[in-house]
Amino acid sequence: MEYILLGVFVVATIGGYFLINNVPSLLHTPLMSGMNALSGVSVIGALVAVSVVLKANNSVFAVLIGAIAIIAAMVNVVAGFTVTDRMLKMFARKGIKHE
Amino acid sequence: MNNCLFPVFLSIPAISDTVYYLIAAFLAIAVLFGIFLMSKVKKARLGNIISAIALTAGIVITLIRIELIPIWVLFICLGIGTVLGLLLALRVKMIEMPQMVGFLNGLGGLASAIVGAYALLGIGADLDMFSRVSATVALQVGTLTFFGSMIAAGKLHRILPQKPISLPKHQLWTGLSFGLCLVFIGLAFVNGISLVLLLVGSLIVAMIFGIVFTIKIGGADMPIAISLLNSLSGVAGAISGLAIGEVLLVAVGGIVGASGLFLTQIMCKAMNRTLFDILLGKSKKVVQDGKPKGEKPIIDEVIEAKIDVLTILKNAKNVIIVPGYGMAIAQAQHLVKQLADLLVKNGAQVRYAIHPVAGRMPGHMNVLLAEADVDYDDLYEMDTLNDDFKTADLTIVIGANDVMNPAAREAEGTPIYGMPILNVDQCKTIFIFNYDLKPGYAGVENPLYKRNNGVYMFLGNAANTLKTIVDDYTHK
Repeated sequence: MEYILLGVFVVATIGGYFLINNVPSLLHTPLMSGMNALSGVSVIGALVAVSVVLKANNSVFAVLIGAIAIIAAMVNVVAGFTVTDRMLKMFARKGIKHE
Repeated sequence: MNNCLFPVFLSIPAISDTVYYLIAAFLAIAVLFGIFLMSKVKKARLGNIISAIALTAGIVITLIRIELIPIWVLFICLGIGTVLGLLLALRVKMIEMPQMVGFLNGLGGLASAIVGAYALLGIGADLDMFSRVSATVALQVGTLTFFGSMIAAGKLHRILPQKPISLPKHQLWTGLSFGLCLVFIGLAFVNGISLVLLLVGSLIVAMIFGIVFTIKIGGADMPIAISLLNSLSGVAGAISGLAIGEVLLVAVGGIVGASGLFLTQIMCKAMNRTLFDILLGKSKKVVQDGKPKGEKPIIDEVIEAKIDVLTILKNAKNVIIVPGYGMAIAQAQHLVKQLADLLVKNGAQVRYAIHPVAGRMPGHMNVLLAEADVDYDDLYEMDTLNDDFKTADLTIVIGANDVMNPAAREAEGTPIYGMPILNVDQCKTIFIFNYDLKPGYAGVENPLYKRNNGVYMFLGNAANTLKTIVDDYTHK
């Protein structure tokens, strides 16, 4: 299991590293913002952890902290993708061609 | 409490591990594909949507797989996050985008840190050495991402002073807190170590490291810091995934961490800095010797007759516009576009030269100009346009300083020395719209301001000065 996870980590890292060669600097900000949204994937971890807390014990404190994690990550995901889309929408809408 | 949270009315067939791995692999590939598309101008929006769908699918699969559907608390949290996220995203102004990304990044780091902390206490993870170590690392990276990002966002939002803050013995603090982070990771390898000690210790040292590391960063290094923190939040997610055995977290986090790091490298290269120097808060000292202190800039040639300016504008057939952060602050992009339109109508070719690190984030200028409807085909990267300054009739600089400061070529020992710059100084006629004659963000004086011929300075808010010129041009 651990080796599988480490293997996935290595493969994903290599994949990610070679993925974004030659990005026009025009897209750096949206790309960064999109990747930032993706890093909100930790919401999955937060969901898992909170569910375990709920199943295992009744500590309100632990649930509360977990709830913060879910909310924070979800804000990251939703706002991240939305602002990225807002930026990209502006590029998609081509400026009125001169003449 | 358990009974009320787990009513046994819903039983969805559990997803087997193999199926889950296949789904995770598929989603990871979708995310890779999404990022890949995001690096192409025409398909970028589609790429973002694909990534968003993949991530949403990941969340749904997780909810189903570990039978979380009946737990309504989770949905309330997800709902609150969604609503807050939408509110934030739809209200933020384009100019605030850098601090927005920084802030959101901090939230992601916070979530990873909490997952790491849970895992360290054996919640959602086995208490073996592998989980313990990865949980410690996730907690540390997440914590430092959170504090670092919040400080970076605060600085960019001007809640915190923008100048680099240096504590006494700053490097010692940075080095020490970083060293202690490593010590606690080392301790995590020891079986039977107190988990509370690991948790509290890691939290404190990572917090200190995140803070001292970011407050020292100022000026030109900020885009790199944001990008690095962006990469780190991916890493934090991936490692927290290792701790709790969530393969999707590992895959997506790894992808984001690596591509974020690559982006950071691109930026470091453009700034002629090494990541290591930035991490340790090393900044090249601004040398004051050789230059008499307190020398008043010469403003004699600053104000030229307006007629002169208009003549130059009307005669220019080959114009290059160089935008910088000042354009963002003054919100002058729409006026820049108006001026460019007038010039184009007059038969001129107008191109925009974008320095890779102009603004506070890579691509910052592109976003702002796109907002003002500037066609992206008119935007050129530094290397493409740098030889054309020689032949251009006119270069218009809007709120840019460091990125075209010739001192970067000559003034050894200054923070910007060696940074590739736009060859604005090779142009025979230059209009510079700047707020004042003070050195730019990097704190190095620009010799161009003192050039005697062909340089026209327009001081003050670029939006106002540009407006005057555009009005004059239209009415004459």
